[in-house]
Amino acid sequence: MLELATVQGVSIEGQDIDRCPLAIRGLTVSYGQKPAVFSVDMTVQPGAMTAIIGPNGAGKSTLLKAALGIVSPLSGQVTVFGQPLEDQRARIAYVPQRASVDWDFPTRVIDVVLMGLSRQLGLLGRVRARHMARAMDCLNRVGMREFADRQIGQLSGGQQQRVFLARALAQDADLYLLDEPFAGVDAATEKAIIAVLKSLKEAGKTVVVVHHDLATVVDYFDHVFLINTRKVAEGSVEQAFTAETLQAAYGGRLATAQIDQILRALG
Amino acid sequence: MLWDALTLQLGYNATLVAIGATLLGISAGVTGTFLFLRKRALVSDAISHATLPGVCLAFMALVAFGGDGRNLIGLLVGSAISAWVGLLCMNWLTRHTRLAEDAAIGAVLSVFFGFGVVLLTVIQTMGVGRQAGLEGFLLGSTAGMLWADALVIAIGGAATLLLVMIIRRPMTMVAFDPEYAAARGLPVHRIDLAMMGLVMAVTVVGLKIVGLILIVALLIIPPVTARFWTERSDRVVLLAGISGGLSGFLGAGISASAPNLPTGPIIVLVSFGSFALSLLFAPVRGVLAAVLRHLRFQRRVHIRQGLLALAQGQKIYEPLTIRLLRRAGIVRADGVATDEGKARAAKALRDEKRWEFVRADQAHEATAALYDGLRDIETVLTRDQIAEIDRRIGGPQEVMP
Repeated sequence: MLELATVQGVSIEGQDIDRCPLAIRGLTVSYGQKPAVFSVDMTVQPGAMTAIIGPNGAGKSTLLKAALGIVSPLSGQVTVFGQPLEDQRARIAYVPQRASVDWDFPTRVIDVVLMGLSRQLGLLGRVRARHMARAMDCLNRVGMREFADRQIGQLSGGQQQRVFLARALAQDADLYLLDEPFAGVDAATEKAIIAVLKSLKEAGKTVVVVHHDLATVVDYFDHVFLINTRKVAEGSVEQAFTAETLQAAYGGRLATAQIDQILRALG
Repeated sequence: MLWDALTLQLGYNATLVAIGATLLGISAGVTGTFLFLRKRALVSDAISHATLPGVCLAFMALVAFGGDGRNLIGLLVGSAISAWVGLLCMNWLTRHTRLAEDAAIGAVLSVFFGFGVVLLTVIQTMGVGRQAGLEGFLLGSTAGMLWADALVIAIGGAATLLLVMIIRRPMTMVAFDPEYAAARGLPVHRIDLAMMGLVMAVTVVGLKIVGLILIVALLIIPPVTARFWTERSDRVVLLAGISGGLSGFLGAGISASAPNLPTGPIIVLVSFGSFALSLLFAPVRGVLAAVLRHLRFQRRVHIRQGLLALAQGQKIYEPLTIRLLRRAGIVRADGVATDEGKARAAKALRDEKRWEFVRADQAHEATAALYDGLRDIETVLTRDQIAEIDRRIGGPQEVMP
């Protein structure tokens, strides 16, 4: 597996690492004595859409959280645009899993999106017309403008996910990290989200998505990162999303027929 | 008497207590809201019980150095130190052991309180004679409140309130979505500590009036009360402050209006009164509103189902449906639809078709979210929109024979 990683991995070590939106080296994260992520290197390509793929419990979300400093790693380094994470926070937008918050929290859709502007607002700054306009614009981009005044608990799962995306858009970041944005959402939401992500890519932003639906990888993404606690493979979809790498990442969990079916889409 | 108390005409001490209790109520309500939003309301109970050893040790220290054991500032500083130690213990237990927060709260609360009670007993055997009053910190004692005491409460309460308002945004963000807050670079752990530190400050300030056992009520009941009335966190904060302040004021007034009414417990009871009223009568989240909403909803569902059944010529068996339809003048006593009933049935079926279209069409998403199977479509769409939908789904449907 490690061999695979080195063969298929795209190394831009030494070449311009400053342009690399997210570079992870030797990252190990552990809850208790069993590592969830072990000695992982990851190099995210600028201006691309990358899917992080792997079976349940493979450490996909943990990798993302460690990259953001939400969980502290046992070892390893994370650099963002060639600099330490702390200096580049303003350039990263994170979309957590929908289930990670209590949707009965007393807040409206617009208030959640305004949280994306917390840096501009500061501690005591008033919410002004331009902040409001920006938040409404972000809601509009995810098709949720008319929901601005609703209590968040009244939203469907897909709408909640789009509100989270709108909050990330409000940050106007350069690197977007999304944790399972398509999990349990309706088809309309999936279309809306992917349209927004593609527009971000066209604007030169970098998008990294923890993704679970192998059937849509080829349609949605340029790059893949396969993980099962250790890195399995990394590279362009053509290079790294193959029967061999999938078998290596999922082991016996995917039937050969399933893999064939998925890869037929690749041609 | 009560009127005199509420208009601050009941003497110097009663006025001091009323002002102090109002200020305390406001700052406790506002501070407690963030604890409530963070779902850590019970932390305040551990913090308040952890003040007792500090009060006792401070008393002993004051006496040992020849001072006045009842010096309020000295006692409050002592209580703050031991509450902070308790807080750190609890924090350490939750972060670095596998103990869940509720277990950590239980451990810290009981151990600190137990130790405090032991110290109280020791003090009583010291025979200094001046210890009278320390028990007052358990349930509050306002009888001998001085101008200086009221000043301490006023300044402490105002300072806490100010700090809470300064860090309200990060606290709200952490309460709603701690992972997102961490990803934005907010020091989540330190914000939590600051929040609990502010709760500790309110607790210490409130020791004199409501005492350490009941302060938790002033921190938790106002936000819970406020939550019944609004869906916005900033308004929960505001309403909790108002509710807490009013409870403090009214409670102090009531307790001053008759002899031997304890201030702290009365304040808590008044606060509970506003909670109970909100629980029952709040417009959206209240119990009564929920029951009425359910009954109304049930009635509308039955009528709608009845109308659709009539429109499609199906027989209605449900007695409640028949009764409701008859009462609404939709069917006659023999179960045959009236002219008005036929018209409404046809309209219901038509609306159902239109809704079907709206729900399948992405352009109508916000409207589709309002679908409950009951609403007349013209309450959510304009005449033009309905005409457009009718054009696309074809001619009107007849009522089946």
